[in-house]
Amino acid sequence: MTLWLMAGLLFTPLAWAVLTLLTGFRRGRAITWLGIVIQVLVSLALWAVVAAEGGFQYPLGGWQAPLGIELRMDGLAVTFVLLTALVAAASGLHAGFYLDPDKDWHRYFWPLFWFLWAGLNVVWLGNDLFNLYVGLELISLAAVGLVALGGQSEALRAAIRYLMAALLGSLAYLLGVALFYGQFGSLSLSGIASALNQDIAVEGSGFALILMFFGLALKTALFPMHRWLPPAHGIARSPVSALLSALVVKGSFYIAARLWLELGATLGSLALAQLLGVLGGMAVFWGGWQAFRHSKLKQVVAYSSVAQIGYLFLLFPLTWNTTEAVIIQAQQAMTLQVISHALAKAAMFLSAGNLILSVGSNRLNALAGVSHFLPFSLFSFGLAGVSLMGLPPTGGFAAKWLFLQASLATGQWWWLVVLLGGGLLSAAYVFRVYRASFVEDSDIDHFFHPSRRLEIIPMILALLSLGLGLMAEPVLSVMALAFANGEGT
Amino acid sequence: MTATALLPVFALMTSLTAAVIIFALPEQKHRLRTFVNLTAAILKLLLVGLMIRGVFQGKAYGIAFPMIPGVEFVLRADALAMLFAGLSAALWLLTTVYSVGYLENSPNRSRFFGFFSLCVASTLGIALAGNLFTFFLFYEMLTLSTYPLVVHRGTEQALRAGRTYIIYTLAGGAVLLFGIASLHVLSGDLPFRPGGHFADMAPDLQMPLTIVFVVLIAGLGVKAAIVPLHGWLPVAMVAPAPVSALLHAVAVVKAGAFGIVRVVFEIYGLETAGALGLLSGLAAIAAFTILYGSVMALYQSDLKRRLAFSTVSQVSYIILGLCLAGPVGVAGGLVHLVHQGVMKITLFFCAGNYAETLGLHRIDELDGAGRRMPGTSVAFTLAAFGMIGTPPLAGFITKWTMGTGALAAGMDWVIAVLVVSSLLNAAYFLPVLRRIWFGEQKDPWREERQWGRSETSAWLLWPPLVTAGFLLLAGLLASAPFSPLGWVELIITREVNL
Repeated sequence: MTLWLMAGLLFTPLAWAVLTLLTGFRRGRAITWLGIVIQVLVSLALWAVVAAEGGFQYPLGGWQAPLGIELRMDGLAVTFVLLTALVAAASGLHAGFYLDPDKDWHRYFWPLFWFLWAGLNVVWLGNDLFNLYVGLELISLAAVGLVALGGQSEALRAAIRYLMAALLGSLAYLLGVALFYGQFGSLSLSGIASALNQDIAVEGSGFALILMFFGLALKTALFPMHRWLPPAHGIARSPVSALLSALVVKGSFYIAARLWLELGATLGSLALAQLLGVLGGMAVFWGGWQAFRHSKLKQVVAYSSVAQIGYLFLLFPLTWNTTEAVIIQAQQAMTLQVISHALAKAAMFLSAGNLILSVGSNRLNALAGVSHFLPFSLFSFGLAGVSLMGLPPTGGFAAKWLFLQASLATGQWWWLVVLLGGGLLSAAYVFRVYRASFVEDSDIDHFFHPSRRLEIIPMILALLSLGLGLMAEPVLSVMALAFANGEGT
Repeated sequence: MTATALLPVFALMTSLTAAVIIFALPEQKHRLRTFVNLTAAILKLLLVGLMIRGVFQGKAYGIAFPMIPGVEFVLRADALAMLFAGLSAALWLLTTVYSVGYLENSPNRSRFFGFFSLCVASTLGIALAGNLFTFFLFYEMLTLSTYPLVVHRGTEQALRAGRTYIIYTLAGGAVLLFGIASLHVLSGDLPFRPGGHFADMAPDLQMPLTIVFVVLIAGLGVKAAIVPLHGWLPVAMVAPAPVSALLHAVAVVKAGAFGIVRVVFEIYGLETAGALGLLSGLAAIAAFTILYGSVMALYQSDLKRRLAFSTVSQVSYIILGLCLAGPVGVAGGLVHLVHQGVMKITLFFCAGNYAETLGLHRIDELDGAGRRMPGTSVAFTLAAFGMIGTPPLAGFITKWTMGTGALAAGMDWVIAVLVVSSLLNAAYFLPVLRRIWFGEQKDPWREERQWGRSETSAWLLWPPLVTAGFLLLAGLLASAPFSPLGWVELIITREVNL
C-alpha cells in the first residue's frame, strides 16, 4: 500500500509533465485535472497513513542509504506534501479557467506546473543534500518558466532576473554541499548530523553552512536579497503568482530550516541566528512599507510576501541554545506561518486575479465600486488579509501567538516589536485595499464578471487559512509525529 | 457533550449563520433578508433567555477545546456573561428592526446586514468568552466586522473616519495582545475565575503583574474610550444611526468596558488589584474621563457628536464603579453597563429619526421638533432625563447606587464627581429638550418625508419607544429579581466574592 502511494506521489507529476508536454492547452487541461485528482487523493492517503501510524523512512527502489536514495516521510514532510497538494490543486484548477486557451504559449503552463510539483515533493521528502539540490533546481527552473509565461517583455525581464538570482543561489548552495561532502564523505543530512554528534566537527564546516544559508536565503527572497521577487510575482499570471508565493519560496526556506534544526546546534552561532532573525525583522518592515506604498494591486500582494517570509526567519534566533519546549514552540510557529501564509497568499493572488479581470486594471483605485460587482472575490481577498494581519482566529494569528510566546520565554523581547509592529503594518496595506473598494463613485461603467468557478477557489483557500487557527492543535499534533521506529527527530 | 453544554454555541451560531445566509443572498431579496435577520434575532433572544433562566437556577453551560498548544478556546455562561449577552441579544433585535426601516431604499444592504450579524456574533462571543484568549479572539473579530459598518456610506468623510477607527482599535488590539501574551508567559492559560488568580502571588511577580495590568487596561481602554484613547469615537459618528447606536450602546465601547470588568474581577481579583494600588489610578482616570467627556459634549453643535462625547463620559461610570471595590459601588458600575446601553441606544435611535424624517442633524435645527414627532421626542426626553439621573429612571438607580457605594468605601470625592457630572449632563441635555418642546419652528424642515398620519415609519418609531419603556421599567422595578439591578446583585453574591 505505502509502496504504491509513494510511487504515485513521486511519479505522477513527472509522468504528467511529459504527457502534457505533448498536447495542446485544452487537452493538457483535461489530463492535468485527472492528475490533480490522483495527486490529491495520494497525498491525503499518505497523510492519513502517517497520522495513524507515524512517519517512516522510505528507501527508493529498496536501496538503503548511503548507496540508495532514502526519503523521509515524517509528520512535517507529509503536512507539507498535503499543503502542496491543496494549493497546487487550487492554482491548477484556477489556471484552467483563468488562462486564455487561445494563446499558444499557455500550453506550456501544464508541463511546468507538473515539474514544479515534482520538485516540491522531492524537497519535502529529501534526506540527502544533493537530492535537495536537484529538487531545488527543478523548482527554480519551472518557476522561472512560469514567470516567463506572462508573455510581455516585462515578464521576460522579470524572469531573467529571477533566473540569475536563482542560479546564484543554487551555486552557493551547491558549493556548500561540496564542502560538506569533502569533509564528511556523506551527503545524507542525518549522516552528517550524527557525525557531528560524535564530535567529528571539521574546521570550516561552519563556512559551508553559511554558504548554503546565503544561497537559500537568496532563493527565499530574504531582505535585502528580495529585489527579484516583487517584479516576478507581480508580473506573473495570477495562478502562477499564487504557486510562487505560496510554495516555491517555502521550498528553499524548508531546506534552510532543516539544515538549521539538524546542524545548527553544532555548526551555528548566536551571531548567525540573530543575523537571520534581524534580516527577517527588517524584511517584515521593509516589505510591509513597500506594500503600503505601491499603487498596483499585485505589487502590494507581492511585497506582502517579502514581509511574511520575514516572520519565518524568527525560527533561527528562537531555536538557538534554548530549551526543548521553546524549540518546539518556535517550530510549530514556523510551520503554522508557512501553512497559513501559503493558503492566505494563494487565496489573495487568485482573488486579486479575479478582481483585476473584473475591472480590467491592476491599479488599486480602480477597485472603486467593485464591491457591488464582485463581492465574493473581494470577501475572499479580505479574509486572506485577516490571516496576513495575524488577527484571530486565523492560522496567521496562531503562528504569531506561538512566536510571541517563544520570544517572551527566551527573553528576546525585541522580536515583539517585529511581531506586533509587523501586524499593524500589514493591517495598513490590507486596509488600503479594503478602503479602495468601499469608495462608491467609480469611473468604470463596464465590469466583467468572471465565472463562479473562479470565485469559489480562493474562497475555499481563505476559509482554510481562517480555520487553521481553530484547528491548529490537531494539525500540529500530526506535524510533530516522528518516525514510527523511533529514529530521527 | 449534552445539549445544554451546547447552548452557548447555538446562540453564537444563530448570528453567524444569519451572516452567512445574508452574504449569500442577492442584494434585491429584501424581504427574505429581513425575515432571516428577524428570525435569527428572535431565536438568539430565546436561546439567551433560556441560558439566563438556567444560570439563575445554578446550571452551568460551557464548552472548551484546545486551539493552539497551551491555549484553550472556552465558552462559558456565567451570571456576568449573561448580563452582557442579555443586553446585546435584546438590543440586537430592536436595532435590526430599526435598521430595516433606516436603510430602506439604500444600496449595499446585503453587505451591511451581513457584517451587522457578524458584529453581534462577536459581541456575544465577548460576553461568553471563558478566558482572555477567547475574549481577544472575539474582540478583534468585533473590530473587523464594525469597520465596514463605519465606512458603509463610502464617502470621503466616512472613509477617513474608518481609518481613524481602525488605527485606534487595531493598535489597541496589539497592545492588548502583548498584555495577554505576557500574562500567559508569567502564569499560563488563565480562565476567568471569581476572585482572580493572584490572591497569594509571589512577591517577585508584583512588578511584572502591575506592568501587565497597565498594558491590558491601555489595550482595552481604546474601545472603552477612556481619555486620552477616545479620539475615534466622535469621529465614527459619520456612520449610519443604527451603527452609532450599536457602537455606543452595545458592542464596541461595552466590549472594552466588559473586558476591564473581567480583568479586574476575574484575572487579578478586586483585592489584589487594590493591594497593588492599581484601582486608585484607574479611578482617577475614570473620573477625569467622566468630567472631560461631559465638558466636551457641551461644546458640540451636532446632535450625534454631543451624544458621542456623552458616551465617552458615561462608559467610565462603569469603570469608576468597579474602583469603589465594595458590593454597592460595584453594583452601581455593573448595572450601568445595561442602563447606559438602553439609554444611549434610545438617544441614537431618536437622533436617527430626526435625521431620517426631517433631515435634522444640528441641535439648533431642532426647534419645534416635539410637535412634529411627539413619540420620538418623548422617548428622547425620557432617555435624556435618565442620563441626567432623574428619579425614577434607570440613570438615577446607577448614580444613587454608586453614590451609596462611594460613601461605604470612604471615597467621598466620587460623590462630587457624580454631582458635577449630573449638572453637566443637565447642562448639555436640557437646552436640547427646550428646543424640541418649546422652540418655535423657524424654517421649514430640511428634507421632510411623510408617512401618512404617523410621524415616521413604524420600523423607526417602535424601537426607541420600546427602549424608552425599558429604561423607565429598569428604574421603577429596580428591586425586582430580573431587573438589571437584581441580576447584578446576583452576580455580586455569586461571583465577585466581596
